[in-house]
Amino acid sequence: MVDITLVWVVIIAVGLVGYVLMDGFDLGVGILFPFAPGEQSRDIMMNSVAPVWDGNETWLILGGAGLLAAFPLVYSVFLPALYIGVFLMLAGLIFRGVAFEFRFKASSAKSRRGWNASFAIGSMVAAFAQGAVVGAYIQGFQMDGLNYAGTALDWLTPFTVLTGLGLMAGYALLGATWLILKTEGETQAFAYRVTPWLLGAVLVVFGLVSAITPFIDAKVMERWMGTFEILWILPALALLAAWQILRSVRRRHEGLPFVSTIALFIFTFLGLIVSKWPYVVPPDYTFWDAASSPDAQLFILIGALFIIPIILGYTAWTYWVFRGKVTADAGYH
Amino acid sequence: MELDPLLLSRLQFAFVVSFHALFPVFTIGLASFIAFLEFRAWQTGDALYTRISKFWIKIFAVVFGMGVVSGIVMSFQFGTNWSVFSYATANFLGPVLSYEVITAFFLEAAFLGVLLFGRDRVPQGMHVFAAMMVALGTFISSFWILVANSWMQTPAGVEMVDGIFHVTSWGQAIFNDSFWPRFFHMGLASLLTAGFVVAGVSAYYLLRNKHVEMNRKALGTTMWILLFAAPAQLVVGDIHGLNTFEHQPTKVAAMEGTWETQRGAPFLLFAIPDSANETNHFEIGLPNMASLVLTHELDGEVPGLKEVPAEERPPVGITFWSFRIMLAIGFVMIGFALWSAWLRYRGNLFESERFLKGLTWMIPTPFVAVLAGWFVTETGRAPWLVYEIMDHATGLTPSLTGGMALFSLLGYIAVYAVVFTAGVYYIVRIVRKGPEPDHPVQEPQHAKRPLSAADTPFNDYPAADARS
Repeated sequence: MVDITLVWVVIIAVGLVGYVLMDGFDLGVGILFPFAPGEQSRDIMMNSVAPVWDGNETWLILGGAGLLAAFPLVYSVFLPALYIGVFLMLAGLIFRGVAFEFRFKASSAKSRRGWNASFAIGSMVAAFAQGAVVGAYIQGFQMDGLNYAGTALDWLTPFTVLTGLGLMAGYALLGATWLILKTEGETQAFAYRVTPWLLGAVLVVFGLVSAITPFIDAKVMERWMGTFEILWILPALALLAAWQILRSVRRRHEGLPFVSTIALFIFTFLGLIVSKWPYVVPPDYTFWDAASSPDAQLFILIGALFIIPIILGYTAWTYWVFRGKVTADAGYH
Repeated sequence: MELDPLLLSRLQFAFVVSFHALFPVFTIGLASFIAFLEFRAWQTGDALYTRISKFWIKIFAVVFGMGVVSGIVMSFQFGTNWSVFSYATANFLGPVLSYEVITAFFLEAAFLGVLLFGRDRVPQGMHVFAAMMVALGTFISSFWILVANSWMQTPAGVEMVDGIFHVTSWGQAIFNDSFWPRFFHMGLASLLTAGFVVAGVSAYYLLRNKHVEMNRKALGTTMWILLFAAPAQLVVGDIHGLNTFEHQPTKVAAMEGTWETQRGAPFLLFAIPDSANETNHFEIGLPNMASLVLTHELDGEVPGLKEVPAEERPPVGITFWSFRIMLAIGFVMIGFALWSAWLRYRGNLFESERFLKGLTWMIPTPFVAVLAGWFVTETGRAPWLVYEIMDHATGLTPSLTGGMALFSLLGYIAVYAVVFTAGVYYIVRIVRKGPEPDHPVQEPQHAKRPLSAADTPFNDYPAADARS
């Protein structure tokens, strides 16, 4: 008998990594937007993510609905607990999405500046809020039975601010290495320049979070200091990926920095999962506690197994069609 | 003053869902209209149909895009403000809402791109097929949404164990008692919405003598559709009303403003319902008409609001007046449909300035009618979230405070004000600019996503103003 809940854990985990990587680099490009070397460079930056960004937001809707269907406890605890954060994230994403569309259609410099600002601020706010969600997950939730019992701003602590800023840096790093891959000239030079700094910021947060987490959650301490020594391979691989980013930037590789950044994200994510496993609503509830009834999980699994290959195929096709460098004259105008 | 998180959450939900609903209700009908035009163009080889379709596809793209953006909020709202409800109903509503998203996804991935950008790249038959699939997809999406809503109105196929609904029969839960009337009522509402917008915009051009040939054809076609759809809605609406009368008599009592159970109840044309004193002021009614409509007998019995305790009654004023607004607009629509038939018979459908002007004024009315209709059905079932099983207060997120709810309500109002203004402004620009110039849509340099199909600039080029 297949454990459908486990199947759903894998689907949600893979979906989450997919979302973080794909929306991550385009949010990252938004975060880097104000620091770009010029308006022409901004055009190129936006064009580099334009073909692919919108699919990511649909992932987010599917994620919301999928969580309600497969792990309703996650849905009904995370959202109330992160009420303000969720609002900020959604507002940020909406502004950003609208800015994306209308900036291309703007013909006066003034309205273009307005959309520029919306795009950058929306991206920053959304990235920060998502990072804070990770921090709140590590912290755990104050529960009364199956209901969240904390207050509006429990999620906003020095620790979650740290994870929020950390994810902003991480997304910016993804964005910068994406730009190395997709652009040339002054935009690429700009991306090469900022990458080591962003990597430094990511590593500082990575170190701090890793050091603090075991003291927030005793189970994490036990997990890492216990018998599973093999786990240490994950942070080791993450650091190896970080070193690879630095090395490939020095040697002016174009694809390797982005690939290494993806590796850094994946190893960090796996490290987080094994730290908290099997808890999904810490401190007390596991994936199996949070699951909906088996027939509901099965009913929606049929739809998911139908749509996931289509989405993957469509996404791959889009990336293939828009492969190669984005140049100045390939802009919208 | 103490801020009430329950009231604020209800206001927020009403605001967000009303705002969101404006877009899909239009795109569902418009998708069918576009599919019809593409089919006719393919069948007859008449290029005029293609020109009309090309113009409306641009508008479709923008409205569809705005619908997706405002829809993001919807998929999180259940959890943020109604966590107890979400958790209790997740076994059913989770899969249902997920299937809606899956449908939308599939539609966008597989067919929308072909419809928006594939005209010159795929055989015409395939393009027509894509247009039909997009239209079908929008109906499947609305199918799932209305399954969810109907189930909350007339729950079936579930049992409640320890405060959580478990599905005992997916068939009964999905095709619950009020599903089909609601589905057809909403489907016709979408056609009427798209129909009156297309008719109004076509009339706008005809009044200005612009793109005359094309807009005559658009108006002529649309008025045929409306001539059938507008009266059909009266019939379907009646069936829906009778269904509600059977399953939710309290809602109907609020719609009719009936306090006492009575035989030969009048249909009230005007009244000011007073919930505190359980009566109406300034009643003007048509004798026996409510009984006749609801029971098909002049002295049939209509149960009053007093059948249930005061705390189980919906807000009467909103339900009562929303119903009348919807009904009045419905009759005006039928009036326009008949007027068009008369003018067509006389042979001056495209010349009557009064008719064309009237049609341009009709553009906002289907949206008002749709929202009024939803206000009837949603406030009319208060205080129940899941009818007669879970009320609003029980379903609310326990940790939610009034301050939090106020913050997010004001926030969404601010965000949507910007999005809506930008979107409507842009659609008006597309209409002002008109269907010319008729150059082929260029290979988009960025996403093949909905809004890219509209190539009108957001701001004025200096030359554009000189023309208008």
